[in-house]
Amino acid sequence: MRLEYFQMLDRIVDVNIDERVIRTACTIPKADESPVFEGHFPGYPLMPGVLLIECMAQTTGWLASALVDFNNMPILAGVKEAKIRTAVLPGDALEFDGKVIHEGSGFTVSEVKGLRDGKVVCNAQITYRLLPYPNPKFRQAIRDWAGRLQYPFKEPVK
Amino acid sequence: MSTTFDKVAEIIAETCDIPRENIKPESHAINDLEIDSLDFLDIAFAIDKAFGIKLPLEQWTQEVNDGKATTDQYFVLKNLSDRIDELIAAKGA
Repeated sequence: MRLEYFQMLDRIVDVNIDERVIRTACTIPKADESPVFEGHFPGYPLMPGVLLIECMAQTTGWLASALVDFNNMPILAGVKEAKIRTAVLPGDALEFDGKVIHEGSGFTVSEVKGLRDGKVVCNAQITYRLLPYPNPKFRQAIRDWAGRLQYPFKEPVK
Repeated sequence: MSTTFDKVAEIIAETCDIPRENIKPESHAINDLEIDSLDFLDIAFAIDKAFGIKLPLEQWTQEVNDGKATTDQYFVLKNLSDRIDELIAAKGA
């Protein structure tokens, strides 16, 4: 996880296209490893709740990408019922479980939750608008990123 | 007894904060009520829940994009209410 580069997830643990579910994982950087914690907050580092929402958005964003075989790009369009249930601290290991509950008509909607030691720390319903990639190079860059997160492509990442 | 249209109008009024009296059977959700596609998705979810059906939004979008249907068939509220009644009937068949 590199917060300041919005690289929120360390790996895609599992994807099941048929069941429309995904699991991802990440470890929050230690307090001295990210400047985010210099400001949030000085002397009391806390993972910003808005970045937990980003973690959730990226989790089912990858699933939304996978469901269209990386042919369209899911853009965050809505966040509903987002709850940050407890403080998340530097060094915490998190997993995110997501499920797509609607596809089609240009939108994908998911439900996703973050867990620490199996206990829910955050959850939300997230909507994405699916847009064409601006160019093939960018699409390939996203596929390469998925590959680095261990997304199980059936064929090698080109 | 409230009609399908009445329920749809209540959902739209609540979801999009549009005065109920402005929502009429002949209103076009997009052209008259200025509901955008993102808000319409919320309306569709609420309709699905209220009537125990699933609006085939992807199919409708495809038909409109392919020129096989007009937006009036799905987004004029009296027509939308008819589509909902058809889906309810099909579920019970």
